[in-house]
Amino acid sequence: MQSKDYAHHISGQYNAELEEVRTHFLAMGGLVEKQVSDSINALLDADSALASSVQENDRRINQMESGIDEEIIRILARRQPAASDLRMIIAIGKSITDLERMGDEAAKIARAALSLCEEGESPRGYLECRHIGNQVRLMIHEALDAFAHFDANQAFKVMQADAEIDIEYKTATRALVTYMMEDPRAISRVLNVMGVLRSLERIGDHARNISEQLIFLVKGADVRHSSYEQVQRKLEN
Amino acid sequence: MSFDMDKPMTNDTPVTASKGYNMTGNDDGAMGRTSRHLQLGSEEVCVETHNLNLFYGDKQALFDVNMKIPKKRVTAFIGPSGCGKSTLLRTFNRMNDLVDGCRINGEIKLDGQNIFDRSVDITDLRRRVGMVFQKANPFPKTIYENVAYGLRLQGQNNKRVLDEVVENSLKGAALWDEVKDRLNESALGLSGGQQQRLVIARAIAVEPEVLLLDEPCSALDPISTLKVEELINDLRERFTILIVTHNMQQAARVSDYTAFMYLGKMVEHGDTDTLFTNPKNKQTEDYITGRYG
Repeated sequence: MQSKDYAHHISGQYNAELEEVRTHFLAMGGLVEKQVSDSINALLDADSALASSVQENDRRINQMESGIDEEIIRILARRQPAASDLRMIIAIGKSITDLERMGDEAAKIARAALSLCEEGESPRGYLECRHIGNQVRLMIHEALDAFAHFDANQAFKVMQADAEIDIEYKTATRALVTYMMEDPRAISRVLNVMGVLRSLERIGDHARNISEQLIFLVKGADVRHSSYEQVQRKLEN
Repeated sequence: MSFDMDKPMTNDTPVTASKGYNMTGNDDGAMGRTSRHLQLGSEEVCVETHNLNLFYGDKQALFDVNMKIPKKRVTAFIGPSGCGKSTLLRTFNRMNDLVDGCRINGEIKLDGQNIFDRSVDITDLRRRVGMVFQKANPFPKTIYENVAYGLRLQGQNNKRVLDEVVENSLKGAALWDEVKDRLNESALGLSGGQQQRLVIARAIAVEPEVLLLDEPCSALDPISTLKVEELINDLRERFTILIVTHNMQQAARVSDYTAFMYLGKMVEHGDTDTLFTNPKNKQTEDYITGRYG
């Protein structure tokens, strides 16, 4: 399955509709990527203006989700897509839910950034936030890139990256718990930071879900709830 | 709102009862249309073709068709016009014998017996393999006589037997309630959809093993089409059904297995769910998604 295949329907209108839904999906992905990136920057740079704009923009993501949903319903009703077209419509329909949730997590990070800005003091855990944040940003970028190029192998790499993030998230949480025990006055601030870390970890999970959908789209194989070895085998088939 | 997760889904829940679909996936009875579990290789074979080639004069219409058609399942044949699907369907009850200049080599086995064998009685073959055409072709007789026709040909004239078969066949074809009060009226007074179901009743009256349906809905309106599709769903338990259709959505709706043909060749034959979501062959993919090959 190649991206150019979408332009080969006998019905030019159908080509245009599929291409449009795909373009809108990638645009929504681009906006979510920016939102996540901005929210992390707002936190690390204590930039309350940026954090507020992230919260503002979340509404746009929600609107895009509804818009793409409508397009999908229209295509399903009017075109009865089959085979790879059907898989693309289903994969996009599921992935936009993940994108929308990623947007929500970005808005949560922005909210935490705002309250941490107000408290002023730079607490522990920022280093971990920066580190995991960068990894998660890369994951989103790679997941969307894989989607744009129908690259199942790249999607598989994103799935594997999620496992690393989970490990780092656990390590960071353990360190922050220790810190809270040492300095109970910092508990409320550190809880905010832990919330951010949890959001980042969740965003990683959603990026993984999107990658799984892309593998379904390209290979026709359901790789959810599978071990890496199983995924590898399905990709090779 | 509460959800009763413990309640098992049985055949008397409305979902399964209305369509006869088996949602539990536990018993793979005749009812079951759990296509997820369908596997072509593990089905009991009803009709099998072996290196089947067919020529109309110099023109070859079928090329080395090899397929195993599973018993008591619905198999749909799809493909562009002229790909040989109707030709193949007609070959299954040797309808092509009537075409001048038609030559066939290879074999077709029905329950293990080659239908081109000299010992095969063609009338008996056509009783075992019934056929319904694109355009309903009721005889200019009463509704009753249309259905009883096949039995009368076999020499059955016992009124009680005929009454019973006519009623059961019309019920089987989901037409009984609509015509039971006018069995002695002309069949030509029925609507197109009713005529098509009458013809199906006529075909099943002689208890065939295989039903060949050649675009049975292409002349029908959407509601009549749905009725015929519902009928196919009911008949799948009793007969092996082969249907040629130009309507891919119809093939997807009614069949357990789908065969895609192109230029006289069998390109892909597999369970319908897989063929319509993840076909193995690029030509199949291009055809069902409406792309230029």
